[in-house]
Amino acid sequence: MFLLLPFDSLIVNLLGISLTVLFTLLLVFIIVPAIFGVSFGIRKLYMKTLLKIFAWATLRMERGAKEKNHQLYKPYTNGIIAKDPTSLEEEIKEIRRSGSSKALDNTPEFELSDIFYFCRKGMETIMDDEVTKRFSAEELESWNLLSRTNYNFQYISLRLTVLWGLGVLIRYCFLLPLRIALAFTGISLLVVGTTVVGYLPNGRFKEFMSKHVHLMCYRICVRALTAIITYHDRENRPRNGGICVANHTSPIDVIILASDGYYAMVGQVHGGLMGVIQRAMVKACPHVWFERSEVKDRHLVAKRLTEHVQDKSKLPILIFPEGTCINNTSVMMFKKGSFEIGATVYPVAIKYDPQFGDAFWNSSKYGMVTYLLRMMTSWAIVCSVWYLPPMTREADEDAVQFANRVKSAIARQGGLVDLLCLPGHLDSAHLWVGMTCY
Amino acid sequence: MAVGRDGFVSQASLLRLHHRFRALDRNKKGYLSRMDLQQIGALAVNPLGDRIIESFFPDGSQRVDFPGFVRVLAHFRPVEDEDTETQDPKKPEPLNSRRNKLHYAFQLYDLDRDGKISRHEMLQVLRLMVGVQVTEEQLENIADRTVQEADEDGDGAVSFVEFTKSLEKMDVEQKMSIRILK
Repeated sequence: MFLLLPFDSLIVNLLGISLTVLFTLLLVFIIVPAIFGVSFGIRKLYMKTLLKIFAWATLRMERGAKEKNHQLYKPYTNGIIAKDPTSLEEEIKEIRRSGSSKALDNTPEFELSDIFYFCRKGMETIMDDEVTKRFSAEELESWNLLSRTNYNFQYISLRLTVLWGLGVLIRYCFLLPLRIALAFTGISLLVVGTTVVGYLPNGRFKEFMSKHVHLMCYRICVRALTAIITYHDRENRPRNGGICVANHTSPIDVIILASDGYYAMVGQVHGGLMGVIQRAMVKACPHVWFERSEVKDRHLVAKRLTEHVQDKSKLPILIFPEGTCINNTSVMMFKKGSFEIGATVYPVAIKYDPQFGDAFWNSSKYGMVTYLLRMMTSWAIVCSVWYLPPMTREADEDAVQFANRVKSAIARQGGLVDLLCLPGHLDSAHLWVGMTCY
Repeated sequence: MAVGRDGFVSQASLLRLHHRFRALDRNKKGYLSRMDLQQIGALAVNPLGDRIIESFFPDGSQRVDFPGFVRVLAHFRPVEDEDTETQDPKKPEPLNSRRNKLHYAFQLYDLDRDGKISRHEMLQVLRLMVGVQVTEEQLENIADRTVQEADEDGDGAVSFVEFTKSLEKMDVEQKMSIRILK
């Protein structure tokens, strides 16, 4: 045992030194830029390197597949049916226009046969629509070294397998602990920071500190996921007294938006860790948290939101879709309510690039923790955010029409074809119901 | 009803539709539920989207398997010339006949399946398809007029026969057909 001691202390020393080095690096390269909102460009460099490696890997796979005569790409990437290239919306306008020109007094016409057109269009989309087609066709065009995205994984070559193994090692043993450490730091800083700021007297200094504490922590969380975000049209960012509405693709949408702007969150009070975070956040600046019982009362929800929005000193609302899929009613009320209260709506389109990591959350397959783990063991999350120009409700529109208008603007910007999860869906009573919620 | 080689859809098309069925069945359950179809975005903006989805679930069922899926889609197979020539009187009428196409459209109107499109049902469809920029009064006028134009026996509703008659000049076969690429 005496012989082991000096050896032991050497190991301990090495461990201590490496940990210190790691933490210093973490601090300098990740946390400090997060505080000040600058970037060294490390993530972009990382992305470029990864792209080169993926291109090489795909080339190897193609070569290997040709040698063995495997079918590498799924067929039918060009569509199943012969379709007209115009979109449904354009054709509806065309029909209405041609119909109303027939009438003398400008009333819209209707024929029994009008139904055929929509019927056929509906069937066409059931047979073949852009989203689902893209979704399955994207599987093997370029392999990103994650076995979870490669459903036809065959043994192609030794080099590829070694590369994949190396990738697994890097992702699970290096990136994952790093990310978990960052996430932990980010969340604890948020809780501690906002509580501390809460003790300051109300005033401009408190606002300033609160804003920066929030931004800093969200930026750390963004780095914890290695999210590489490109913001477009930042001059259209939401302002006070407005509502920010975004297409909800995954649970991390909130982090992505909140790291670039200072929002008031709206949501249901949770228990556990989320509840702690919520209570801390509300000390620093007025977020709108509803109790479970209050959520069912539509008028209360609308009233509180209206009060918040009319106070120009308060922050723009970021609607935070809430509840599990069982609680669908509360999501519906938030989304519908936000178009009724008559504030300016700032639409935001978020689009994820699935090549580096799939942000789509299949809530029936994975729980939240599994989902976060998958996120943290992917290479990166790459997405683009477009800030669209603000929209207000016109005098002759009702809430539903306004909601549709906003939804089409978002869909058009994000490219409806490329959205993995669409913003909402009209049921027969024309209500906007939230999609995948959590 | 047989769906197969000499049935209502060709072999190659069946294969493509099966791929499509599997792609829509996200959780690999082996059948489709209403939610799977509701996830199709372009269907969500279609005014008749919900009714079309309902047509896949007849008699209150909650699941549609692949044969059921094809059975509905078979209504939209283009009418080939050979279908009308070799009409065997003993075989059941193919799903993509003119009559069956019209019947499919009729059922999109006739929600309560009583065999007639009442004024109320006409109004509902109108609301879905035209309703956005139009007042309730105008909608009711249009509904009344449409029912009156088609109604022959004066019962205030449009039966299937009256529906067929009012559309006899319409090229239903072309409007309700989807060609599957080879």
